[in-house]
Formats: sequence, structure tokens, C-alpha cells
Amino acid sequence: MTQAQVSTQNQALLEIRGLHKQYGPLEVLKGVDLTMQRGNVVTLIGSSGSGKTTLLRCVNMLEEFQGGQILLDGESIGYDEVNGKRVRHPEKVIARHRAMTGMAFQQFNLFPHLTALQNVTLGLLKVKKLHKDEAVALAEKWLERVGLLERRDHYPGQLSGGQQQRVAIARAIAMNPSLMLFDEVTSALDPELVGEVLNVIKGLAEDGMTMLLVTHEMRFAFEVSDKIVFMNQGRIEEQGPPKELFERPQSPRLAEFLKSTRF
Amino acid sequence: MYESPSWLHELWVARDVLWQGFLTSVQCSGLAILLGTLVGIVAGLVLTYGTFWMRAPFRFYVDIIRGTPVFVLVLACFYMAPALGWQISAFGAGTLGLTLFCGSHVAEIVRGALQALPSGQMEASKAIGLTFYQALGYVLLPQALRQILPTWVNSSTEIVKASTLLSVIGVAELLLSTQQIIARTFMTLEFYLFAGLLFFVINYAIELLGRHIEKRVALP
Repeated sequence: MTQAQVSTQNQALLEIRGLHKQYGPLEVLKGVDLTMQRGNVVTLIGSSGSGKTTLLRCVNMLEEFQGGQILLDGESIGYDEVNGKRVRHPEKVIARHRAMTGMAFQQFNLFPHLTALQNVTLGLLKVKKLHKDEAVALAEKWLERVGLLERRDHYPGQLSGGQQQRVAIARAIAMNPSLMLFDEVTSALDPELVGEVLNVIKGLAEDGMTMLLVTHEMRFAFEVSDKIVFMNQGRIEEQGPPKELFERPQSPRLAEFLKSTRF
Repeated sequence: MYESPSWLHELWVARDVLWQGFLTSVQCSGLAILLGTLVGIVAGLVLTYGTFWMRAPFRFYVDIIRGTPVFVLVLACFYMAPALGWQISAFGAGTLGLTLFCGSHVAEIVRGALQALPSGQMEASKAIGLTFYQALGYVLLPQALRQILPTWVNSSTEIVKASTLLSVIGVAELLLSTQQIIARTFMTLEFYLFAGLLFFVINYAIELLGRHIEKRVALP
């Protein structure tokens, strides 16, 4: 094994250093540092407005950020330093970096004019440039995995919320991302549909998928995560293994947050 | 004793003139709708996604044209083009006026439809690694076109009706041809009604086409 290979293997998959983000005068991320190893499942918790969704969206450049650095698999996301100046990557590079992560959204955001199968194959055909047969086979494999193969020709409007979210997860994961981002994927679902989506995510975690989640499902976060990160007012207030964090919170704010949350 | 010829007889005599007028109407409206739609799609895209300085000239174009009567626009093209040293036929000038009019309306229709799409559609496209133009082509425009269609049909029929204004600058379209026949036969009501029927036929065909496409692309 060469020196270079050793260093890539030990390298963190995601490394966030001193991340700053503001909307005009409003600072929403005030210097966030976070490291994730391959196979880690990390969950961001915190009250609304704490910056957890914004942090997630910075990782795939759905949000611009003004300071700090995000390294994904050793590549700088969004910006480069050129002669001491911060330069935004060209769109092509940003698109390539985005394809390294997969994202599932609160509102599913399936493409309503495409069938479940076409939703999954679009990225495979146009971004991965797979041959049609390959793309369809791969899409069918993932639709089967989320239990929706028999709905492959249904349009999003013909699927329930839980089914739509499972197709959306299949669409993201079929691209074979090295990191999956889940942004409150169960918040828009009826309570009886939450379980089917969480089970899919749990299965992926068991497969060793690296995942960064934002959720309000504390029991689920407790069960699935290697590390819980509590965010408060744009900063990481406390982080650690779930058992430790939930049972012996150090900061009074986390203790208060846990008390006020349904477990 | 002299018996005046029947209307059907006059219609038969005038068939070539009417047919030519009908064709001219269809040609100038068809061209204006086609070119105007292309102009409008480009303008609508720039108005939606362009930077301030890219948007400025298109905003100016759309606002000026939409705030001006089509009639004034047709006359302006007819008189201003030669004044600016551009030798253009009456048909060309009239069609240009209609095209500019159509383009400005389609631009706003396209902008409205794109802006009405949930922002999550663009985000989800980006998240799977599509570039901006791929997202536009495969995700946003196909959805926007479904929104645009009914309003586009409406604008198109307006163009067909506005094409009658070309009679004023001497284009022998359906209305002017009809007026010429009336001047010869004095059968005013009959020929105007017939011309109205022909305009209706053109517009009804556009509406049927629109409805057909709408049904074909409707989502379950």
C-alpha cells in the first residue's frame, strides 16, 4: 500500500472547519467544526433556528457560505483559495461535488412529471451517463430495496407521502453517493407513515452508509446514530455518543431541550 | 330584366382572393406566434434567472411592448423600419410587430410559470448533480410548459385577431381581401360574416390543438 493510499483511508470523509454563514446581517452559523468518518451516522438536533438544516445544506452547496471550509473526501466544497482570495467553484465542479452526496428533503421534492422509475433514472442517465438498461436495472434494484418496485410506473401524485419519500431516498441513493444527507425527512409525514421511512434509513445505516441527519425523532436518533450533535444559535453546543448525550447532558441548554422534546 | 347574382355565385367568383387572404392571415399569425414564442421563452428565462444587467434590456422590451397598443406597434414597424434604413415589406413589418407583441406576452407567461414552481424542484435537481441547464431542460421547463399551455393558446388567438390590423398597412390578409370584395359586390353583411367564420375556424383549430396537447401531457 502506498503512502497516498494510507492517507486517503485514514482521512475523514467529511471535515467541516470554522463554517460561517450569514443571511445579510443575520449570522446563522458562527464557526462550526464537525468531522465524520466513513460509515458514521451523525444526527444534528436542536431547536428550530439553531442552524442544523442550514449546516446540512451547506455541505452540498444548496446554501452559499461566507467563511470556513468543507472538505468532502479531501475535496474542497464550493470554494477554493486562489492567491489568498476565496473563489467560488464553476457550476460544473459544484454539480460534480453535489453528485458525491445524496439528499432527501422534508418535502420529498419528487419530479411530478416523471414516474417513480424515471425519477430515479434521471440522475443515472444525465449525470452518471449510464446506459438506459443499466440505469433501469439499478433504479429497479433500489425501488425494490425501499419496497416500491411494483409502483415503478406510478407518478408521485399517485403515491402516499411515505411512498414518495421512499422513492426520493431511492433517487438519492441510486447515485451511489459517499455521504447521504437527510433533512427532516419525516416531518411532513402523517404519523402512521413515519415508521416505513425510518425503517428504510435504519436499513441503510446497517449497510454502513455514511449519513448526516437532521431529525426531530429523538428515539430514532438515539437508536441509529454513532454521534449526536446538539446545535444552539449557530454553534455546536455539545456532541457525543447518543447514550452519553441523552443521559448525561453537560450543557443546561441541552438538558432543557431534551426535557421539552417528546422522546 | 336584370337579376343580381346570388351570394354563393359571388363567393365562387371571389374564392381565389379569399383563399389568398386566408393564407396570408394564417401565414403572418403563424410566423408571429412561432417566432414570438421563441423570443418569449428566451426573454422569460432571462427575466427569471438573469442577473440585473441581463434582465434590464428584456424588462424594458416587455414593459414597453405590453404597454403599447398592437395597432401602434404595427404602424411603428411599418414606418420606422424604412426610416431606420431597413427596407421591409408591409407583410414583414406587420409580422414583426405581431412577433414583438407575442414575445412580450409569452415572456411574462413563461416567467410566471417558472416562478410558480416550488423551489424544491431546482434544489432536488441540483442535489442529484444536474447542472443548471439540465435541471431546466429535464425538470423545470417540462413542468412549466404544462402551466403555460392554456395561456399560450389564449395569446395565440389574440395574435390571429390582431393580424386583421395588418389590413391598414396594405397587407391583403383576410379582412382586407374581404373589404375589397365588398367594395365590388356591396354584399357587406354576408362577406363580413363569412370572414368572421374563417377567423373562428383558425382560432378553433388552435384551441383544439392546445386541448389535444394538454390531454397528452396531463399528469395523473
